[in-house]
Amino acid sequence: MIQVENLTKNYGPIPAIENISFTVEKGEVLGFLGPNAAGKTTTMRILTCFLPATSGSARVAGFDVFKNSIDVRRRIGYLPENVPLYTDMSVTKYLGFAAEIKGVPFRERKKSVEQVIDYCGIGQFSGRLIGKLSKGYRQRVGLAQAILNDPEVLILDEPTVGLDPKQIIDIRNLIKEMAGKRTVILSTHILPEVSMTCQRVIIINQGRVVTIDTPQNLNKKLQKSTEIKLTVEGPSDEIIKSLQAVNGVLSVTKKDTVNNQNSFLVESDKDIDIRKDISKAVVTNNWGLLEMRSVDMSLEDIFIKLVTEEKGSGQ
Amino acid sequence: MKNIYPIFKKEVSSYFGSPTAYIVTTIFLLISGYFFYSGFAFFSLISFRSMGNPAILQQLNINEGVVKPLYGNISIILLLIIPLLTMRLFAEEKKSGTIELLLTYPVKDSEAILGKFFACAFLLFFMLLLTGFYPLLLILFAKPEIEPILSIYLGLFLMGISFIALGTFASSLTENQIVAASITFGTLLFFFVIGWASSLVGSTFGKVLEHLSIMEHFSNFAKGIIDTKDIIYYVNFTIFFLFLTSSSLESKKWRG
Repeated sequence: MIQVENLTKNYGPIPAIENISFTVEKGEVLGFLGPNAAGKTTTMRILTCFLPATSGSARVAGFDVFKNSIDVRRRIGYLPENVPLYTDMSVTKYLGFAAEIKGVPFRERKKSVEQVIDYCGIGQFSGRLIGKLSKGYRQRVGLAQAILNDPEVLILDEPTVGLDPKQIIDIRNLIKEMAGKRTVILSTHILPEVSMTCQRVIIINQGRVVTIDTPQNLNKKLQKSTEIKLTVEGPSDEIIKSLQAVNGVLSVTKKDTVNNQNSFLVESDKDIDIRKDISKAVVTNNWGLLEMRSVDMSLEDIFIKLVTEEKGSGQ
Repeated sequence: MKNIYPIFKKEVSSYFGSPTAYIVTTIFLLISGYFFYSGFAFFSLISFRSMGNPAILQQLNINEGVVKPLYGNISIILLLIIPLLTMRLFAEEKKSGTIELLLTYPVKDSEAILGKFFACAFLLFFMLLLTGFYPLLLILFAKPEIEPILSIYLGLFLMGISFIALGTFASSLTENQIVAASITFGTLLFFFVIGWASSLVGSTFGKVLEHLSIMEHFSNFAKGIIDTKDIIYYVNFTIFFLFLTSSSLESKKWRG
């Protein structure tokens, strides 16, 4: 559905993105992950034909974003960052304008506006001026205009920024519902969002693609060390000492102590299973082993890891 | 080109949905009404005083005495007011970021420009229509010639849309509305007075300056002369600046 090849965009001498390539299949939800100023918005602006690329090509539904820009724009719904909307128009009026301009035929216009209002749950505010809406509802209006006229591709730039937790869940659910029906690209720097809504993730940093994978694979690929959560009853200082003595343990971090029950986070080499040795050490010292489980690395850790590692190798 | 209409509609409702259109129209009518009143009252005073002097009475002409100065003044009010109407067209969208959505909708740049341009031209038409009250009053009390008045209106409208085209261009250059208005006002004033220098420079160059002057072309309409030369000047002026607007939008994209 979307093919991006060697996309580069320079702002003056500074490259915003460099040689970005990826493809998105039909019906896929792709997450664009990166810190601020990584080039997420620039990539999206190129895909939505707002900015031309300095070099490289991008195709949406088979149409080149530069040569057949109008054809591309007919097929995408775009929610820009900060959701710029005409604040002096009412919700229905604005959506009516968007429907007309997006080419919804006159007879279906009213119906399709009602549909998206319904879908995004903004019915009770449909007569209000957009400028008077809260950030969350403005975001929904932005989403509503994006899905008007049933675009094949949705491009959402940080769709959950600045929302309260309930609204975030609502918007995520809306996006999840679209999976399979529409191709969605969404950018975010909130990591749990990606693992919750996306089938594939592109991590981008300083204008370059760091990795493209599924959230699950990323987890696997990046676990160079394993973490084990441990709760032991006994004197904490001695426990730490003996844990550090176990072969393969890289670090021991004390989390907290409740009623003489100490919980630790033990980081170890990926290839050595230290659980047997830990239990042996605890038992020989006559402490009580209350809990031991391995912790999966969260995407957040991966992200921080990836970005910092990339920096290290670049220098 | 079918997308011109929704943008036109949106812009018109944005003029009339906010106080802009009403305040600008009111001020415009107040000032032009004042000019009309003072011109008319002065003319009737002179007519009254020269009652006993048929030689002077013969010289008096309502078209020359009231209509022409009135619309000369109106053209100057337009010069002051149109930059205020055009300054928001693109600058506001740039400032608020809505231009990003507008230009990622399946709309050609030219459609967006023309939609906005026509909306402003519509407001101008509306304002000029309301000044039609003045000649109606004249007809009630005197016998002005109608045809020159019509040609003046044609001239005013053409001049107005060329102001709007320049204003649209200035608005596309910046995201600051004040800057847009200043550029428009300054450039319009320059085009207004450029003809004054024509007598100072050589005859060939003077002709060129005269031809460039906005005022020079309007004066023909004010005399009741509809010359294709003048019509072509205003139409060219308009098309030229609308074309520049489209280039300016295009270049913004490239510069990022």
